[in-house]
Amino acid sequence: MATTTTESITTAHRRRRGGAAPRLQAGSRSRRRVDPLFLVFLVPTLVLFTLAITLPAAMGIVLSFTNSVGFGEFRFTGLTNYVAVFSDPAILQAYLFTIGFSLVTVIVVNAIAFLLAIALTSKIRGKIALRGVFVLPMVISGIVIAYVFSFLFANSLPAFATALGFAPLEQSILANPDLAWLAIVVVTAWQAIPSTLLIYIAGVLSIPGEVYEAAALDGASAWRQLVSITAPLTAGYILINLVIGFKNFLNSYDIIVGLTDGGPGTSTTSVAMSIFKGFSGGDYAYQMANATIFFVIAVVIAVIQLRATRGKAAL
Amino acid sequence: MSLQAPLRPGTTATGSVRSVDADRTAGRRGERSNWPVTILLVLCTLSVLVPLYVTVTMAFKTTSQAVDGNAFSLPAPFSVDGFVQAWQLTDFPRAFGVSVLVAAITVVGTILLASFTAYAIARNWDRRLFRWSFFYLLAAMFLPFPVLALSQVKLTGLAGLDNPFGVAILHVMFQLSFSVLLFTAFLRSIPAELEESARIDGASTGQVFWRLVFPLLAPMSATVGIFAFLASWNDFVMPSLITSDPALQTLPVLQQMFQTQFSNNYNVSFASYLMAMAPAIIVYLVTQRWVMAGVTQGAIK
Repeated sequence: MATTTTESITTAHRRRRGGAAPRLQAGSRSRRRVDPLFLVFLVPTLVLFTLAITLPAAMGIVLSFTNSVGFGEFRFTGLTNYVAVFSDPAILQAYLFTIGFSLVTVIVVNAIAFLLAIALTSKIRGKIALRGVFVLPMVISGIVIAYVFSFLFANSLPAFATALGFAPLEQSILANPDLAWLAIVVVTAWQAIPSTLLIYIAGVLSIPGEVYEAAALDGASAWRQLVSITAPLTAGYILINLVIGFKNFLNSYDIIVGLTDGGPGTSTTSVAMSIFKGFSGGDYAYQMANATIFFVIAVVIAVIQLRATRGKAAL
Repeated sequence: MSLQAPLRPGTTATGSVRSVDADRTAGRRGERSNWPVTILLVLCTLSVLVPLYVTVTMAFKTTSQAVDGNAFSLPAPFSVDGFVQAWQLTDFPRAFGVSVLVAAITVVGTILLASFTAYAIARNWDRRLFRWSFFYLLAAMFLPFPVLALSQVKLTGLAGLDNPFGVAILHVMFQLSFSVLLFTAFLRSIPAELEESARIDGASTGQVFWRLVFPLLAPMSATVGIFAFLASWNDFVMPSLITSDPALQTLPVLQQMFQTQFSNNYNVSFASYLMAMAPAIIVYLVTQRWVMAGVTQGAIK
């Protein structure tokens, strides 16, 4: 018993190292026994995962083609929900807001994080302490810090503006339908910069120092080094950060709840918020159609992400 | 940091990786410190520190000082009334207990399930079942939570899991993709000879895993565990949707009460916010290294 398993492990190992196994061995592979413990290790996770993730996803997609209100009987209604979703101004507004907000935030976050990464990898004092501070926002609960910021936006910022005589900000920007989204960008960026920054630091550190030394010898300015060395050599990291960030911001929920709760009016209602309203509104199937559309968008982004990651591996 | 090498094959191939640790020493022996950049960065830290400073000072003010509109003044007089009231309003010991329970189940569950699964997958990569399982689990990384939420709420309700246990199970499931990915990559970098020699000595697969592989995974388990803790402790959406009994809510969800009922007792609400965020900050201060390494490894993979 012990010897057979040892043998199988060795063969498995050899195959892993050797890459593609020869055809002849492929036949014997299926007959080789798997240690049952490996199945004990794998199967419960697969079952739980299927119940907790795959089943709800499938359920949601199927129910999006019905008139279900979340419980009781339902019948299939074809694409009715989808047609309704596409002609619902509230949902279109939510998509418009979510995509617009995500685009602005992803640019703000990446610009700041990239510059911070360069600064934090240069010859500065207290490098480790500074990094520690800049990463800190990552570990703070979104809803809690949103409440803290909502106090600052509603009380401190107007107080400052009044003292300085700056009229546009004398009212809380959270109560202004045209400006409230800016507050959401600020807090989302505050929390999202750390992880983006860490990935950029890894990117900047992956560039060999000799490249900069050579460039410095050739008399390249700091700006020139940034544009001609750092940016192109971290292109893969930039792409990854843009895609991951955009994907995360599309899901924005708790920071918006903490700051504006979708208001004033519905001006800052994100897609996630509109979907969650399916709980109370009784339009369960309708919001599942909304969620399915959202899912398709996520898949498209996932494909882009996979492409991006592959491009990175080739770097 | 030594973990990063096997995880970044693309960069190690060029033989020119400067690890973060190497970078640390490079800064010291470097010719001259760049003071303007240092000073600029110190000023930038204000954007991180000011909101936290306001949270702490507000928490120690009296209610009358807290409503005076100046968020940046120091507490005068220094008062812990906010904490006393917040403690009672949120029933802090119970809420803290629920949060700790959810986070503990999430951390232990994620480390065990993900390491079991990753070990099975990494050592049977030549088998379709295991290889496809890997991609199946990974696919969840691309699934946005709002898509699942409504159905998950219904299903957890039907299963009698509309409580902190249901929340913890879902937290584990959402951590799986990232964690299995990290563990699998790490397991592939462990030379098979180690396990083979243990097997020649007569150890079973289970013994090899518990005595040899699991201890070797310790640094990775730390990263996985810290991220599971942070995700679980700070989560708002899932407990707020899944847990039906308000008495069993986690700390972040309970902070909602200060938006409506007690909206003018800023010292109380900020004391409560501080108590909700402090555990995560303390964990971060102790485990910075792993947190920073984990983000990089997760993204580069």
